[in-house]
Amino acid sequence: MNKLSTKHLLGIKDLTAADIQLILNTAENFKEVINRPIKRVPSLRDITIANLFFENSTRTKLSFELAEKRLSADVINFASSSSSVSKGETLIDTVNNILAMKVDMIVMRHPNPGAALFLSKHVESKIINAGDGAHEHPTQALLDAFSIKEKLGEVKGKKIVIVGDVLHSRVALSNIFCLQKLGAEVMVCGPTTLIPKYIGSLGVKVEHNLRKALTWCDVANMLRIQMERQDIKYFPSLREYIMLFGLNKKLLDSLSKKILIMHPGPINRGVEITSDVADSDQSIILDQVENGVAVRMAVLFLLAGRL
Amino acid sequence: MMKPRIILDSEHLEITVTRLCYQLIEVHNDFSKSVIIGLQPRGIFLAHRIQKRLIQILKKKDIQCGSLDITFYRDDFRTKELVPNATEIDFIIEDKNVILVDDVLFTGRTIRAGLDAMQAFGRPNDVELLVLIDRRLSRHLPIQAKYIGKTIDSIVSEKVKVEWKEIDGADKVTLLSNE
Repeated sequence: MNKLSTKHLLGIKDLTAADIQLILNTAENFKEVINRPIKRVPSLRDITIANLFFENSTRTKLSFELAEKRLSADVINFASSSSSVSKGETLIDTVNNILAMKVDMIVMRHPNPGAALFLSKHVESKIINAGDGAHEHPTQALLDAFSIKEKLGEVKGKKIVIVGDVLHSRVALSNIFCLQKLGAEVMVCGPTTLIPKYIGSLGVKVEHNLRKALTWCDVANMLRIQMERQDIKYFPSLREYIMLFGLNKKLLDSLSKKILIMHPGPINRGVEITSDVADSDQSIILDQVENGVAVRMAVLFLLAGRL
Repeated sequence: MMKPRIILDSEHLEITVTRLCYQLIEVHNDFSKSVIIGLQPRGIFLAHRIQKRLIQILKKKDIQCGSLDITFYRDDFRTKELVPNATEIDFIIEDKNVILVDDVLFTGRTIRAGLDAMQAFGRPNDVELLVLIDRRLSRHLPIQAKYIGKTIDSIVSEKVKVEWKEIDGADKVTLLSNE
């Protein structure tokens, strides 16, 4: 298997386990490339990629842009705040106008779930989903899986707990699909109000006690509380959330084994994890960011191969 | 049906590798300023074979030898399915004399990509090409090898297969042609 089974990367749900393995293996080669003195390879020198960000992003946008540049692609950037979208242009019109300028691939972040899928049905281009609302964030899940594999040797058979605001998290859903396809066990942990009601149907364990969850797992992925998506109050106070679901050094050190700590960023220091946990030797948060570039290079390279 | 014809058997291959080593020594002396780089996936076996033989002949502790993957530098990656391999070059080639090694020189495109890929590891003083088999009538680019194991005149529809003990069980070079 050295070809992806899909034409786009809309979500992990559409990928096979073989697809995921192919991306992770290719990313390993790109990780070696980005650690060379000269980090650029000419693979995509004849490809133009548009990064469309209809929602704010720092890491993902920079990471995609860097990945594209390291592959020698031509890159154009678009942020909805400074565009004609505010004048009332529709998504399809915006994208078709960009494609008319001879763009080969689209990387899109959008606040609405399903936006990437919708676009893939209406325009002739390769679409890469860089996050669609609370639905999926496939490249984040791939880089998380890559980081776990890098630290623990493999993902299969490992126990991963996703802690926090699972309800509003695209990272959580993509991670659940990805880790399960690779043969890992997944648990979600958080206040009842922030755990989707039917999440058990995905085959994940549900736990409301952080200590129990951490005792069970090999890896803890700590999600941010997404205040901007919370239209109603989901818990009485932030202070209470921190006391029940915040990870601090004392709790981490009291566990019998050394677990890995992950975070998709941006961190709210002192909320989901304290600073001394985020900066501890068990934290692989910055490895995740480094691996993000390699994984995105792999995704772009493999999809461009199907142009 | 492809009819196989043996071009080199294991005994001859051994003799050829030894001859190539002595040719290299004529130019590179003790290899203090020279390094060997094998091209992935199939050139690395010849590169390591040559490294081993040179160490024996020169009675040296080590001669630097790396492997270079060129997948990301190819111009045809969208028409073929290519699987990248590992690049392992744990030395700097700045100001070194590089001997680029591959098993078969055919169109020259792989070597072209190899020269590009090498630039990421520094500016070499000098680059030479060593190949086991030179299919001299099939070149697409102006690229020639300096050290050649054996030159063969073959047509495009024929295939040259180089097998190594390490992965294929035996050392052998065969020419497969359509009858």
